[in-house]
Amino acid sequence: MSPPTRVVGRPYEKVDAAAKVTGQTRFADDLVLPRMLHCKLLRSRRTHAILRRVDVSRAAALPGVLAIATGRDLPIPFGILPVSQDEHALCLDRVRFVGDPISAVAALDEETANEALALIEVDYEDLPTIASIEQAVETPFPRIHDYGDRDNFHKLVSMEFGDVEEGFARAEKIYDDLFFYEGNTHLPLEQHAALADLGPDGKLTLWSSTQTPHYVHRALAKVLEMPAARIRVIATPNGGGFGGKSDPFNHEIVVAHLSRVTGRPVKICLTREEVFYCHRGRHPILMRARTGVRRDGSITAMHFQTVLDGGAYGSYGVASTYYSGALQTVTYPVPVYRFDGARVFTNKPPCGPKRGHGTPQPRFALEAQLDKIAVDLGFDPAAMRLSHLQPPSSITANFLRIGSMGLGACIEKVVAASGWKERRGRLPRGRGLGIACSSYICGAGLPIYWNAMPQSGVQLKLDRSGGVTVFCGSTDIGQGSDSVLAYVVAEVLGIDPFDIRVVTADTDLTPVDLGSYSSRVTLMTGNAALQAAERAREMLVAAAGEKLEIPGSRVALAEGRVFDVEDPDKGLSFVDAVIAAESKFGTIGTVGSYTPPPSAGRYRGAGVGPSPAYSYSAAVVEVDVDPATGIYTVPKIWIAHDVGKCINPVLVIGQVEGSVYMGLGEAMMEEMAYRDDVNGNVMHKAPSMLEYKSPTTLEMPEVVTLLVEDPDPNGPFGAKEVGQGPLLPIPPAVANAVFDAVGVRIDEIPVTPEKIARALKARAAGQPARVGPASFPTIPYPDAVRIPTPAEGGDGRARDLAATGAGGVRKADR
Amino acid sequence: MAPSNDFLRSKSSISLHVNGEPVEVSFASYKTLLEVLREDLQLTGTKHGCELGECGACAVLVDGRPVLSCLVLGLACQGRAVETVEGMASASGLHPLQKTFAELGAAQCGYCTPGFLLTAQALLDANPSPTFRQIQEALAGNICRCTGYIKIYEAVELAAARLRGEDASPRRETLYGTDFDDSGLLPVLDAGNGSRATSGSETAAVLRGQPDRKTENEKPDGREPR
Repeated sequence: MSPPTRVVGRPYEKVDAAAKVTGQTRFADDLVLPRMLHCKLLRSRRTHAILRRVDVSRAAALPGVLAIATGRDLPIPFGILPVSQDEHALCLDRVRFVGDPISAVAALDEETANEALALIEVDYEDLPTIASIEQAVETPFPRIHDYGDRDNFHKLVSMEFGDVEEGFARAEKIYDDLFFYEGNTHLPLEQHAALADLGPDGKLTLWSSTQTPHYVHRALAKVLEMPAARIRVIATPNGGGFGGKSDPFNHEIVVAHLSRVTGRPVKICLTREEVFYCHRGRHPILMRARTGVRRDGSITAMHFQTVLDGGAYGSYGVASTYYSGALQTVTYPVPVYRFDGARVFTNKPPCGPKRGHGTPQPRFALEAQLDKIAVDLGFDPAAMRLSHLQPPSSITANFLRIGSMGLGACIEKVVAASGWKERRGRLPRGRGLGIACSSYICGAGLPIYWNAMPQSGVQLKLDRSGGVTVFCGSTDIGQGSDSVLAYVVAEVLGIDPFDIRVVTADTDLTPVDLGSYSSRVTLMTGNAALQAAERAREMLVAAAGEKLEIPGSRVALAEGRVFDVEDPDKGLSFVDAVIAAESKFGTIGTVGSYTPPPSAGRYRGAGVGPSPAYSYSAAVVEVDVDPATGIYTVPKIWIAHDVGKCINPVLVIGQVEGSVYMGLGEAMMEEMAYRDDVNGNVMHKAPSMLEYKSPTTLEMPEVVTLLVEDPDPNGPFGAKEVGQGPLLPIPPAVANAVFDAVGVRIDEIPVTPEKIARALKARAAGQPARVGPASFPTIPYPDAVRIPTPAEGGDGRARDLAATGAGGVRKADR
Repeated sequence: MAPSNDFLRSKSSISLHVNGEPVEVSFASYKTLLEVLREDLQLTGTKHGCELGECGACAVLVDGRPVLSCLVLGLACQGRAVETVEGMASASGLHPLQKTFAELGAAQCGYCTPGFLLTAQALLDANPSPTFRQIQEALAGNICRCTGYIKIYEAVELAAARLRGEDASPRRETLYGTDFDDSGLLPVLDAGNGSRATSGSETAAVLRGQPDRKTENEKPDGREPR
């Protein structure tokens, strides 16, 4: 056995905690440079229109205005996915939603910039507006974009794993349900901000509140037509991200351009209203779940259909579409599975990735449907789930490789802690308990653009001062990724994590890490840091062993010393060990890389879903519903999460509690709602923090967090993700609890009091006690790509490749 | 018609105390206290989340009372005493609230933290022993999107105890989660309410037998983290 860990698994403070509690953390809008100009964007007030004329002459003449840009200045398109390069820094000839940026002003101060915006004249020629999934499906023309699978469908996919008809034939009951999950937004406390500075050497630096500096770097090089080597992107600490700062944004490119034009630093900070329109949040998804089960509750087949309301641009939408069908198989065995997915363009703010990216919506549908199945078959919903768990070290019908799998322990813990067996069904009228489970990826198996390079790199520098510096491209968005780097290196080198300097998220100084998204950071940067630290450790061991005249196998590193395990008093200080190593080897630097294992699936679309590991969660939610009004509260939530291994338990709990909070906000109240203005333009109903309801301290219930440690062989020290997964069970658990409390099914998120009251009223009138979508539109899904499952002897490829021309090409979908 | 540029740009001067120090500052007359602090006094620890009084990120203390600095004109602060996050720590170290926010991970992204700290400080100055409900109510105007508020409540309770002179430590479940006993991250057997013992997943057995550090899960050596 290896010795116990000394840093990993301990509730250390974060390495940046002191800066954060003293207000010293420098966020993007805190940065000020001499001669800095201020930028403001003119945004479209029309929903969908051709730009006939954009006249900036009056604005340009305003004293204090130094530069104005329009679409013609930056004509090269960009976008996060190579297959969806559909955005322009400023609209070229068409606006696609209220909020689409048209022109940008750089001025001496914000007031002058705002004044200049008012002087820009825009002539619009309105086009028909497409504002909903139904309208998009019914309106082939005009197309919002002239690319995409057809009409106003951005993406249409269909794949069938195994013989699904045969699976349904084996079912003893088939359940067919419709669900809808409304869109909602990240609402980070910090508004996006960026500062660009073209230096006297002709090199450009951009500081930005971004989760993905590497992708911003690529977008800047492309649109500005500058060598990437002359651009430096520094991600400032993010004041909350949740996925909302992981696209390259118009404003980042615009300030870089304006700095190049004026030769002066240019800063922009979006207003709260602009943040609502930038969005990239949760897709509204309409879903149909058809599930065949046997009387023991085991699933024989599933056919899952989704339509995503994508908003006006591609963003991560192709990936979101695949994610809406990817993870249905990783919790309970689904022997054969068919997925049909579609994403439509609409004239609304673009949707993208929000915590759980594309998976909370189908998870809600699946877990709500399982609750109906359990009730119908007469099973306890917890026991039914526990009886049918996807085995560890297994492969799913859609070729996802499961490693460690602690869902059983999660269910047992929340059942025990909540008193589920004694209390469920026996609570006073109006009170109820609901359970739901979930799983999430620990990093996407494939990068966003196809390449064979590592997804995460770490460099380590040690020198004769005893100082250790970790360099990594990862971005701390509050989750503690800088701290994780320090903890991992400190563990391996036997030093205090607070003695380590962490340099991150700077494309000039740090090796590439793809960014803080898809819950990839602890696993991927952790593994890269582990490799770099072990390589440094080997050098220290060799040099210290020589100095101490003992074999390397006897050298230990702990508590700032390098010593003989058989005679612990005999040893060197860490500083002296580094001096010995620098004397022996010369300048000391090591590197570590991480590339995920290749995915088992080789069909088209197999790029989404594979991950080095999967986290698991289970939650029990208690609700207290007033049957007269539908108004309800959530007094308590129990959640168990299989994190593999805690690198730092207090930070893990913080992520669990934060995920529960965000999931509860989505379940109860948060929604991106729209209205028409007097001219029929589609406006955000309430782009303010007061009117976009999110839970305050008064709504937040008691949360009991139970950690399960089922170490995964692919995780550093066995660690898996925790930043996103624990959000997923909350919305279905709320809906299931409402059913337990008052006997009505709300098949829509958010579960609002109004919907509960409507369902209660329907039941009283003898109608079905349900509120949810009534129909599913006819979607021109393509013929399904057929992929034999592992159980059928499939090798991960689609069948009849030559005949259909589909499958086998991973990169085309990324 | 909007006010003229001349009015917008006309400057005013006021004298006030900021974090205990006398300050004279001249600024465009329309500016809020938030803008004066951030732009004219370079005290960027005070944050903005909405500039409409909705989020609490810009909370500071004026004459000891918490106010939203985005809703107060700088001109209204003549002769006042303003305290910002930069003034909370002293030469002898962090304020107990700052210490407990750091200790418990109550600051994740840290953007809402200054507003929470000052609002909580005002609460504890007025009421050294607030109930849980009083803490919730005092902080109800501050939005945090990272923590779910739970670590923030716990940090305020812990700081309150320490400010009262108690030798208080974080609760074990705050640091390690519920259901773990004193020997570290080892699950406790269920107390016998009819459920199966929660001694870890059956599936874990599959991965057992890998004497790799990656699956190491032993009792810690008892060294206290800072």
